[in-house]
Amino acid sequence: MHQQPENVFGRRHFLQGAAMLGIAGLAGGTLASCGSPSSSSSSITFWNLFGGGDGARMIDMEQAFQRQNPASNFKAVTLAWGSPYYTKLVMSTVGDSPPNAAITHLSRLRTYAAANLLEPIDLPFLAQYGVTENDFLPAVWQRAQFDGKLYAIPLDTHPFVMYYNVDVCRKAGLLDSDNNLKPLQGPEALTDAFQRAQKVTGDIGLSLAVQDTTVWRLFNGLYSQLGGDILSPDGTKFVLNEAHAEQALTFMSNLTLKNKVANPNIDYAGSVALLGGGKAGFHWNGEWEVTTFEGTMNFNMVPFPNVFGGSQTWADSHAFIIPRGATPDQETKAATYQFITGLLKQSLTWAKGGHIPAYLSVAESAQYKALKPQSNYASDAAVAVLDPAAWFSGAGSQFETVAQSSFEGALTGQMAVPHSLQLFHSSVQRLLDQPVPLPQSVNG
Amino acid sequence: MSDTSIRQQVIQRDASHSLKASPKRASRWRLDLVGWGFILPLLVVYTIFLLWPILLGLRMSLFNWSLVGSGTNEFLGFGNYAEALRDPDFWSSLWNTIVVTVISTPILVVLSLVLSLMVNSVTGRMQWIYRLAFFAPYTLSVTVMALIWSWMFEPGFGLLNGALTSLGLPSVNWLTQPGVAMLSIVLVTIWWTLGFNFLLYLAGLQQISKDVYEASALDGAGWWNRVRYITIPLLNKQTLLIVVLQVIASLQLFGQTYLLTSGGPNFSTRPVIEYIYDSGFTNFRAG
Repeated sequence: MHQQPENVFGRRHFLQGAAMLGIAGLAGGTLASCGSPSSSSSSITFWNLFGGGDGARMIDMEQAFQRQNPASNFKAVTLAWGSPYYTKLVMSTVGDSPPNAAITHLSRLRTYAAANLLEPIDLPFLAQYGVTENDFLPAVWQRAQFDGKLYAIPLDTHPFVMYYNVDVCRKAGLLDSDNNLKPLQGPEALTDAFQRAQKVTGDIGLSLAVQDTTVWRLFNGLYSQLGGDILSPDGTKFVLNEAHAEQALTFMSNLTLKNKVANPNIDYAGSVALLGGGKAGFHWNGEWEVTTFEGTMNFNMVPFPNVFGGSQTWADSHAFIIPRGATPDQETKAATYQFITGLLKQSLTWAKGGHIPAYLSVAESAQYKALKPQSNYASDAAVAVLDPAAWFSGAGSQFETVAQSSFEGALTGQMAVPHSLQLFHSSVQRLLDQPVPLPQSVNG
Repeated sequence: MSDTSIRQQVIQRDASHSLKASPKRASRWRLDLVGWGFILPLLVVYTIFLLWPILLGLRMSLFNWSLVGSGTNEFLGFGNYAEALRDPDFWSSLWNTIVVTVISTPILVVLSLVLSLMVNSVTGRMQWIYRLAFFAPYTLSVTVMALIWSWMFEPGFGLLNGALTSLGLPSVNWLTQPGVAMLSIVLVTIWWTLGFNFLLYLAGLQQISKDVYEASALDGAGWWNRVRYITIPLLNKQTLLIVVLQVIASLQLFGQTYLLTSGGPNFSTRPVIEYIYDSGFTNFRAG
């Protein structure tokens, strides 16, 4: 099940997470002791999986919330990203001692809702804290639904985007008079731009991690631009459009093998370092590396390009959930909703890490719009394509691992494109053939 | 003394013996009860946390048993076993465990023997430092050990790659490259668990009487012959114990891989225990 920027990334996150845990614990302890003893707020626990910069920003948001609500009494716990986090979250819920609030990726939401692991969000109650459906884009709100009910309060959307080195692209003649990238559309124009950037860097045109989940994310975006699903809506059948899949994967394979604008053997950290070191003109990745490049180089970010006639791009979304049985009484429920909505309103801090805020009051604010390059790709929130829903899919899941390892070969040259697609089919079919461990379908 | 008096004495002794016997039997019964009393706490814990879960586990294994939902528990007989045996992922994870066992066991046995011989030959005040140096890693918990090594293996600024690049060698993706990752796990395991074998050998070495060495030295045996014909045969018991313990420990491989690679990249370091963990907990499929 192991999760690959996540792999490189995850380990680092784990370390930082472990450190954060200590800090959060300390902070929680200190803050709790500052809380007024006469406070009626009950004590709540919040679990998340944020390490690194995200972890630090989450702690900033928690501290800001505490300053605004001195009576609030919460404890934040950071756990290792990915499968370890989700396994603990599920086991604690099954074992009837869940945290009161937790973070999930929306790509996992339908599985957890179908497994009866979540409390539906009480909309009238939520409205008392000033948060309603109108505070979210319809597309984002829709992703948090299961069986006609809201099961999560979205915090962000984090899409797969395009980074570029401004100096390299200027020399390659790819910028307009305002130093912005001229629009690039279609496979030929993109390949041409990558080749021109490659002439400038003398190394590669596009840096793209081949050895991690990036290949799956790229495939999911490109395939969605062509149109089509991978799994049936109930997550039980493999319905891949073979022609579209082949077209998308061939384009990807050509980048590394035929046109050689990208490196066929590079891991996640290496791909980030290539852009950072000026050895690549472009970089395809999730927006979350923005803070890595900030202050170290002249770069910019734009939405993932329209390659095949659509602006769809892979994304996922962090959201708050309330595990089943986490709000046994009104007082705990009030404290939990107050905490979640309080953090939600701090989304501007969160947006600095690159994530598009889901909360519209922030996403539409002048401050967010002034946040560059983070707000350049805000339009991706509406066109984001998440992992297909199934009991074995979602962020850091076994599905992501098998998809990645199937497609990877087509970029490294170990496998021809049709062979790679066959492997994808047979690997997913093996997951589909297992008995479904959920009491109901993932589409309700 | 006459014969009769002796016989009388014997009878008396017998009588006194039989008189004392019945309280003794009662006290033995009482002693048994006390014994049971002592092991009862352990027995209760053992039953609740080991025997009962094993029975529950066996029961679950015959059903389609989901951790998260009721209504999916249908009886499958040996269906789950058949599925596992047909699952290539099960075999590849079992193979990973076997590979680690086969690579690490000989190294752990031979290396700990060599180190204990070396340390045992050190005399004087510094001996404890050498003993401690090799045993110290064993005292770390798996979490601490994994944290230390994940820093050492770090691709960008880790100690190992730092050393390689300063020698002008290319850096290695210790934990993210298939093939290499498994060797990294073996390396870590050796560093971590060597100390225990080392200690067992060291204890064994100290039990070998000096006389045997002196006698063989008088017979003209050199250092190597003494090791070959005296030390190693006399350490046979320790070696057997170490090999058995080592194989058991290697087959239980989980913590290191879970913390360092999570079984990746692409399941290439996932041991069979993690396959079980993934199926049962991560994928909710307890049975």
